[in-house]
Amino acid sequence: MNLAVRLRPIVFIAVLLVIWQIAISRHPGYILPSPLGVVGGIVDLLRHGLLLKYVVASLFRVTWGFVLAAVLAIPLGLTIGWYSRLEMALNPIIQILRPISPLAWIPIAILWFGVGDLSAIFLIFLACFFPLLLTAMNAVRNIPGVYINAGRNFGMGLSTLVYSVLYPAVVPQLIIGLRITLGVAWLVVVAAEMIAVDSGLGFLIVDARNAGNRYDLVVAGMLIIGIIGLLLDTAMRSLEKIKSFRWGYSED
Amino acid sequence: MSTEAVKSPIAGTKLRAEHVSMVFARDGKSTEVLNDIDLEVREGEFVCLVGPSGCGKSTLLNVMGGFLSPTSGQVRIDSQAVRGPDPRRIFVFQERGVFPWLTVEGNIGFGLFKLSRSEREQRIKHYINMVGLQGFEESYPSELSGGMKQRLEVARAFAVNPDMLYLDEPFGALDSITRLVMRGELLRIWEAERKTVIFVTHDIDEAVQLADRVVVLSARPASIQQIVNIDIAHPRDISSPRYLELRDGILRQIGFAHKI
Repeated sequence: MNLAVRLRPIVFIAVLLVIWQIAISRHPGYILPSPLGVVGGIVDLLRHGLLLKYVVASLFRVTWGFVLAAVLAIPLGLTIGWYSRLEMALNPIIQILRPISPLAWIPIAILWFGVGDLSAIFLIFLACFFPLLLTAMNAVRNIPGVYINAGRNFGMGLSTLVYSVLYPAVVPQLIIGLRITLGVAWLVVVAAEMIAVDSGLGFLIVDARNAGNRYDLVVAGMLIIGIIGLLLDTAMRSLEKIKSFRWGYSED
Repeated sequence: MSTEAVKSPIAGTKLRAEHVSMVFARDGKSTEVLNDIDLEVREGEFVCLVGPSGCGKSTLLNVMGGFLSPTSGQVRIDSQAVRGPDPRRIFVFQERGVFPWLTVEGNIGFGLFKLSRSEREQRIKHYINMVGLQGFEESYPSELSGGMKQRLEVARAFAVNPDMLYLDEPFGALDSITRLVMRGELLRIWEAERKTVIFVTHDIDEAVQLADRVVVLSARPASIQQIVNIDIAHPRDISSPRYLELRDGILRQIGFAHKI
C-alpha cells in the first residue's frame, strides 16, 4: 500500500475530530466533552499516575479470568467433545448455563467473593468459560475422521494421537475462539469494575461521573478501552499467521 | 462362517476375505452393503476393486484395513484375523489424508516416530526423492498442487515400509493428465518395492492399466461378480487389442450391473 492509502483513515479521523471540536464550541449546552477536553482528561490521568494504574488493574483481572477459563475450559471441552456419551450427558446443562449473561451472576459473585478483585475475576472467568468450552467441544467434533484414522493406521496410541493429531487439528479453531473470548472478557471487565471494585477503567468511568460529572474523563476512559481492545485483538490475530496454524483459516 | 480349511492357506496368500458381509443399521433401517465376499489376494499382487458407485467398494476396503468390523465373516492377513488398523498395512484415503499442519518432511516422517532421528531423516529423504518432491521439503500441503499432495500421501504410506497398501480412489480428484502420470509413478514404485496393493477405483481404464487382477463388484449389496486376470505385461500398451478386449469385457459387466 502506498502512503496516501495508509494515511486515509488517519486523515478521516482527524477531520472527524475537527468537526467534533467545532460543533462543541458552537453549541451552548453540554452534551459531550470536546476532543481537546478529552486530551486534557488523559493528561490529567497521566499526571496523577492513574492511567497506568487503572489499565494495569483491568488487564490484571482480564488476564486472570481469561487464563483460568482457558486452562479449565479447553481440556474439559476437548474431553467432552471426544467422548460423545459424555457430551450427551452434559450438553443440556451447558446449554442452559451458557445463555445466562455473566452480569446476571453479579449478586452471586458478590455473595461468594465479596466486593473486590475476586468477584470481577470470577465474572470474567464465567464470561470466557462457556464460549471456550463450546469452541473446544466443536473443534474436536469437527476434526475430519480421515486424520484420526491416519493416526491410528500408523500405530499411534491415545497419548501420541492426542499430541500429534488431535492437538494440531484443533489449534486453529481454538485460536479463533480465544480471540473472540478475549474480546468478550474485555467487554465484561468494564461492567464488573463498575460494581465490584475501586480501580480499573470501568471504575474510572463510573467514578468520573459520580465524583463531579467529569465527562472528559468518562470519554477518555472509553477511548482507552477501545484502543486496548484493538491491541489485544491484533495480538491474538497475529497468532493466526503462524505457518503451521494457517491451514485452518483458508480453503485451498 | 469360516471353515477349518483356512488353517493351511495356499503358499503366497497374503489376504483372505472369508464370507464377509456387512449390514449398516441407521434410524431403524438396515442396509446390506456387502454380501458374502470371498477373495484371496497373493503376496505382492496388485488387485483393483471396481464396481458401480456406491456399491460398497470403499466399505470392503475399510473392512480389509481394519477400520470397520464386518457384520459376519472375517478377513485374515498372513493367516491372522484382522482386528484393527496396523502400521504394516497403510491406507491411502479418498479424501486427502495428508496433515495440513505438517510440512512435506513432517508428513513423510509422521509414521516414523519410533525410529532414531538419523534413520528417520534418511527415510524421509529417500521417499521425497522417490516421489519427486525435492525442493518442497519445507512446504506445507496448502502450497502443493493436488498431484503433489497425492504423491506426498503415497510417500508417507511407503515410508513406514508396510507390506500392504490400500488405496481408496487415490487419484479420483486429480485432472486426467496428472492421473495418468500418477498411475505410472505408482507402478514404478510398486515394481521397485513389490508391496501387496489393493486399489479401489470406479475407473475401469485405471483398473486395467494397473492391476494384475480386477475384481468386479455388483451393485449394492456388493458381491463379487467376476475376477478378471489382466495378462498383459507392464508397460502396457493401452491401444492393444488385448487391453481393449479386457476393458470392454469389464465395461459390459458393469453396464449389466447397472441395469439390475
